[in-house]
Amino acid sequence: MKKSILILGAGTAGTIMANQLNKKLDSNEWQITIIDKETKHYYQPGFLFLPFDLYTPEQVVKNIDGFIPKNVQLLRQDVHQIVHSENKLLLADGKVINYDVLVIATGSKIAPEEIQGMDGSEWYKSIFDFYTFDGALNLRNKLRTWEGGKLVVHICEMPIKCPVAPLEFAFMADDFFRKKNMRDKVEIIYVTPMSGAFTKPIAAKELEYLLESKQIKIVSDFNIEKVDTEKKQIVDYGDRSVDYDLLVTVPTNMGDDLILRSAMGDDLNFVPTDKHTLQSKVKENIFVIGDATDIPASKAGAVAHFESDIVTGNILKYIAGEPLDPEFDGHSNCFIETGNGKALLIDFNYEQEPVKGTFPIPGIGPLRLLKENRINHWGKLAFRWIYWNILIKGRPIPFVTSKMKKAGKQINK
Amino acid sequence: MNEKTIAGYCVKCNDQGFMEDLNEWNEDIAKELAKEESIELTEKHWTVLKYLQDQCKEGVDITMRKVGKSGIVDIKEFYQLFPKAPLKTASKLAGIPKPVSCI
Repeated sequence: MKKSILILGAGTAGTIMANQLNKKLDSNEWQITIIDKETKHYYQPGFLFLPFDLYTPEQVVKNIDGFIPKNVQLLRQDVHQIVHSENKLLLADGKVINYDVLVIATGSKIAPEEIQGMDGSEWYKSIFDFYTFDGALNLRNKLRTWEGGKLVVHICEMPIKCPVAPLEFAFMADDFFRKKNMRDKVEIIYVTPMSGAFTKPIAAKELEYLLESKQIKIVSDFNIEKVDTEKKQIVDYGDRSVDYDLLVTVPTNMGDDLILRSAMGDDLNFVPTDKHTLQSKVKENIFVIGDATDIPASKAGAVAHFESDIVTGNILKYIAGEPLDPEFDGHSNCFIETGNGKALLIDFNYEQEPVKGTFPIPGIGPLRLLKENRINHWGKLAFRWIYWNILIKGRPIPFVTSKMKKAGKQINK
Repeated sequence: MNEKTIAGYCVKCNDQGFMEDLNEWNEDIAKELAKEESIELTEKHWTVLKYLQDQCKEGVDITMRKVGKSGIVDIKEFYQLFPKAPLKTASKLAGIPKPVSCI
């Protein structure tokens, strides 16, 4: 009988793992199974473009089936519980599946119910998220006819998926309303629980000008307690309040409820994971990838892509009984849309904060790090093609390595 | 990197006055920094500062939610102890870095 490796979740991280493991494991010896109750795979970076009518819904969604290799079994099932002490899953329909190795790729989701007043009668009327397909689409419909007022772009609490997305949303909103000739009717206010829009010294020095030039007002150190939908205010624990006409919020991000039901997570249902080997701290035959982990790396598709090489390598080592490689360095790479056809690019890891430089080829580029220009914007647009055709198929992106390269970066030591 | 003299001790600080090495921290420094923030440190304050330092040593990202669930204070009490921006202020007094995002 074949041994079994199970992947939970067929989003970005799970799909990459299915493709990687399919190439590396002997199919006579191993059965790879991926489980997800959903049928659609979303290109989540596209959720940022959808509200501004820059992408159509069709451009950001495809069927999950199309990205799972033939040899990998795709199960459309709801998982009730992981019983890690017995190496088995309990499915919602009562069936049991045993495994030898488990890969958790269950991601993170928004939890607006964590904040009093948020997901009540005003949800998708004057309060929106753009981290879900429904949220982004409803917000698009709202923005098409909105006549202006106070637009509050807001982060509830950290950590969140794609931490720069709300800032990008604010930049793109500025551009959107300028092009609609109604920027003078809109006040954009960015509200964050952090100490500012930029918290890393070099990024702060290089990028503060963006907020001023786009007339975006910052409210920092704001820890939301509740939404007062009567007064149209968000209120923080220190009794400060910010008025809104349109609230675009990033709700609390949490791991999947399955992690809670399996008693495997932290206070936000993220799975405790070794930040270098990506083996779970729960049990040695469980590996965790992508947004589902509690590691201090960005929750982003590029990070899941970089992690996949390390997780695949360490699963092979685990199967062979060899010590794991502590290879993951927290590498993250992302484009930051700044509006007006321009974007920034940042490349960093656990130790190295974002700095200026060239990427991906040191000294040449063609992309520029921590600098706003058009070619970075084209890079962001090209990334949608790269995502569907290279990234989730687990193929390497030319010149881009799992470990962060120091070459090409202006690092002061 | 800057150096700053706090309560007679020369310590490494960043531009915003956050200490860079927890080993250089002591209670006199915390008292002096608290004075600048017009905070008088009580037993409860010290317990919170100790908790934050322990979390930092374990490499855990410090969040408002974690402090609120620490069993030491709830979030309202945390605001009463360290008004305005409690996470930032308490981190400063505890000699640990302020919470950061990716940029």
